[in-house]
Amino acid sequence: MKLLKNLLRSPSFVLGMGLFLLTLLFALFGSLLTRVDVNTRVGLAYMPPSSEHWLGTDHMGMDMISLLVAGLRSSLYVGFLAGTVATFVGTLIGLYGGYKGGFVDDVLTVGTNLFLVIPSLIVLILLSASIENGRSLTLIALIIGCTTWTWSARAVRAQASSLRGRDHVALARINGYGTVGIVLMHIMPYLLSYIFMVFILQMATGILSEASISMLGLGPYDSISLGKILNEAKTNEALTDGAWWAFAPAMVLITVIVFALYIINTSLEGVFNPRLRK
Amino acid sequence: MLKNYPTLKHILGRAGWYFVTFLVAITINFFLPRLGDANPVDTMMARVSGGLDSASAKEKEEAYLKEFNLIEVDDTGKVQRDAQGKPVRTSLPKQFLNYLGMSMRGDLGTSILQHPKRVSEIIRAALPWTLALQLPTIVFGWLLGNVLGALAAYKRGVFDRVMYPLALLASAIPAFCFGMLLVYVLGIRLEWFPAVGGYDEGLTPEVSWAFFSSASYYYVLPFLSVFLIVVGGQAIGMRSMCIYELGTDYVKYAKLLGVRESRILFYMFRNAMLPQLTGLALALGTMVGGALITEMIFSYPGLGMAVLTAIQGNDYPLITGCTLLVTICVLVANFGVDIAVGFLDPRIRAAQRTGK
Repeated sequence: MKLLKNLLRSPSFVLGMGLFLLTLLFALFGSLLTRVDVNTRVGLAYMPPSSEHWLGTDHMGMDMISLLVAGLRSSLYVGFLAGTVATFVGTLIGLYGGYKGGFVDDVLTVGTNLFLVIPSLIVLILLSASIENGRSLTLIALIIGCTTWTWSARAVRAQASSLRGRDHVALARINGYGTVGIVLMHIMPYLLSYIFMVFILQMATGILSEASISMLGLGPYDSISLGKILNEAKTNEALTDGAWWAFAPAMVLITVIVFALYIINTSLEGVFNPRLRK
Repeated sequence: MLKNYPTLKHILGRAGWYFVTFLVAITINFFLPRLGDANPVDTMMARVSGGLDSASAKEKEEAYLKEFNLIEVDDTGKVQRDAQGKPVRTSLPKQFLNYLGMSMRGDLGTSILQHPKRVSEIIRAALPWTLALQLPTIVFGWLLGNVLGALAAYKRGVFDRVMYPLALLASAIPAFCFGMLLVYVLGIRLEWFPAVGGYDEGLTPEVSWAFFSSASYYYVLPFLSVFLIVVGGQAIGMRSMCIYELGTDYVKYAKLLGVRESRILFYMFRNAMLPQLTGLALALGTMVGGALITEMIFSYPGLGMAVLTAIQGNDYPLITGCTLLVTICVLVANFGVDIAVGFLDPRIRAAQRTGK
């Protein structure tokens, strides 16, 4: 409760959370705004916004609003799933390495740094390009999660290794707790807020990665995503035709989500870290 | 032997580490595309087999198999055959060794899409564009971002209140979105700058004034779209770093002593710079990735565009060639930053001196 009160007192948190909830609401209930689905042609290609179709139509003559709602849903889904996977893998490796220290830690650190240096987009391109058939949204999210975990492993490791010399950890060890028990019961609780912040950032990374990979034409075959809307607009000359409604709303949505997640992250830092609190 | 040259030892150590990273990268680069069932020869055959009878189609397929190093060839260049007369397929590990050897010689195979053209040729034409776009944007963006961030932290007030949200917004906009926006507004609507391409259509890349001026005109938009985002991201990092530095004892002490403001700023800047440099090393991969996609938005004739066309045409040799080269560039840049940190960080310098 006190945490919540502190959070609500931070203006940037309120702004970020507000923006995020707004996009979430749009994703959940946006389909009420329009009664057509994404597979129905409602008019000609690139019809400008009108009272009937508030954001016009795309190159196939589909209603932009319904496309945006579907795209936003997929993007949020990818962000959530990829963020969860990346945070899980990163936290696991970071906690274990940071607590264990010594040789295990060295090996894990070298491995993490290795994949930190190799651009994740490159690995993403190679993986997605090799899966020619069956590139579903879920698979893409999983792939993104498996390629973007590196920096969270690094960040969590630094935190965990600073906790490892604490007295309560030593006490737990004397009392016969195993590694798993200590990491889960005596180290992770201290880092929960930190891990949550990592998750927020990983979500943003996931959404951005999906958009990037879709821009390359390696997007999901089974769903519409914000990145795919942009890609279609680009390849179908929306830019030169002056059909701003075919790409600008998707751009705004991606930017708003990522912006919201970023400021949620920075405001959480201020709230969770009492030293930064005024 | 190296004990007396701690700096050299440090550099060699880092070089060794990066070499290992390179080996891992090249392994990934070879095996990931081969995870799926995609096969360059099938793609090639699908393109050319129309109108061929089965015998000549088979001959053609064998020629391609040979070209892409998928079957065993003896010293005289003849295809080795098994008892049924079928060509012997090269095993995957052996393919990998061949690939390693070829890559070390700078041979990245043949492009499928632009067939007989070598991948290395295509990359050689594209690489200068990518380097010319990305190196200055990242270096200058990093510098300007740091200066702005430090100023915002130091001055606070209006400057900070305007700059900080702007920087946050800039860092949240995906590079390709910003690129598309610039193309649409400045390129197509206002027609201030050419929207797509790297130079005027009638020209060919050469060392001439006409080409150079045309190329720099086309350079403005892609440069801006990456530059502003790098500036924003770096400014945020530097700002929080400097706010932390401002609260430290040495700054308070210097203020009490009445040290000149510019001098304090200099101290602070120097101290906050180091983590920023390390941060740059970590962020390089993401920045380069973002810039590659920006290249595609502008149809800029660099590696990003090459990757895009390669993906659209399932041109696997070209995809892996480009990704390998991008990885190498990022590794080299990282190595450079690492060495620079080694020279600038007094802690690492001290560790070098004592030989730890």
